[in-house]
Amino acid sequence: MADEVTLLDFWASPFGIRVRIALAEKGVKYEYSEQNLKNKSALLLQMNPVYKKIPTLIHNGRSVCESLIIVQYVDDAWKANAPFLPSDPYQRAQTRFWADFIDKKVFEITKKIWTAKGEELEGAKKDFIDCLKLLEGELGEKPYFGGENLGYVDVAFVPFYCWFYAYETCGKFSIEAECPKIIAWAKRCMKKESVSRSLEDPEKVYEFVLELRKRLGVD
Amino acid sequence: MAEVKLLGAWGSPFSRRVEMALKLKGVEYEYIEEDLGNKSPLLLKYNPIHKKVPVLLHNGKPIAESLVILEYIDETWKTNPILPDDPYDKAMARFWAKFLDDTCMPAIWQIMWSKENQREKAIEEAIQHLKTLENELKDKRFFGGETIGLVDIAANFIGFWLGAVQEASGMELVNKERFPVLCRWIDEYVNCSVVKQNLPPRDKLIAFLQSRFSASSWKY
Repeated sequence: MADEVTLLDFWASPFGIRVRIALAEKGVKYEYSEQNLKNKSALLLQMNPVYKKIPTLIHNGRSVCESLIIVQYVDDAWKANAPFLPSDPYQRAQTRFWADFIDKKVFEITKKIWTAKGEELEGAKKDFIDCLKLLEGELGEKPYFGGENLGYVDVAFVPFYCWFYAYETCGKFSIEAECPKIIAWAKRCMKKESVSRSLEDPEKVYEFVLELRKRLGVD
Repeated sequence: MAEVKLLGAWGSPFSRRVEMALKLKGVEYEYIEEDLGNKSPLLLKYNPIHKKVPVLLHNGKPIAESLVILEYIDETWKTNPILPDDPYDKAMARFWAKFLDDTCMPAIWQIMWSKENQREKAIEEAIQHLKTLENELKDKRFFGGETIGLVDIAANFIGFWLGAVQEASGMELVNKERFPVLCRWIDEYVNCSVVKQNLPPRDKLIAFLQSRFSASSWKY
């Protein structure tokens, strides 16, 4: 019996993009279902009753929620190719630690970059660069965080790359000037079809961010 | 020769989670108590990013973040597994452990630190999340089924610390009338030997919490 896979998602969400990359890496055929977050569908509310958020993966009628949990699930459920996590338990723990770091620290800071002003904005920019430098340290000389191939941390972080233009324009700074290694890494990832097809156009994302800012009354 | 050390804090539920998992699997370890008001060079060296406990050291290699440590322990020592094998069941366990850390616990702390006019709303939110958790438990003995699993270990705050917080603050959130299923789980849970052995002394915890609450002039 063929697998039935549906992804409830929102085009601009970096969390949704994570899952798109993961499914593409594994060669999983799925139905992409764009969700209206201002008017949530009955399906989304049914499949993610706790958080009512995207991304939500539906596999043969059962839902998995929370992007990193979904990515790990995709890795476990489609074991045949492209493993995201290393086989050694210690390296797996380090990989999980860095993905958790991205969610706990990096994401919150990026929100401030496109919503804050003045001192708060300057603080957020500095914190963001500090985080990127830590990630550069973890990357080291490897082509990807996963080593020779895309891994869990690459999948967790590269979706934010299509938001970099929005951060730089709102924050009036250049990420490449401060963290060239991260940009080089991101461009390397973009050469992979699973990544280039999943990330959104940075200009489109920036326009979306401007709309959000208007809605939040930032400008 | 395998060497396992744990940097922890007596009152931290996160630290106790790791001890529970190690004891469950019969892993011998050296415990090092950290003074969180005066962090040791060892802690700052092994967890430079978050500077928090717990930190597990296995043959000198550090692992930080309690849920990451729990999965590492499960993958390294195979006795008494705390995560199921099935990918879907595993994803569900991870989901509920994360729900506890990201949503449930912060909502409970929010009650303690919120201003008086926001307290009602904070309590309502915490009750809603605890009800969600209770629904997940349903008629299972433990979140992990017949034996305790990742979610039960992660829920140690609900199982024990919450009772101490309630007594220290005078605020009642969880009682048998409001949460019959959760209270049944709490009773079973704290009577499990591996849990019982890995709880801080109740009086000491209550006294510590009382001093924290009075320092912030919290009044219920």
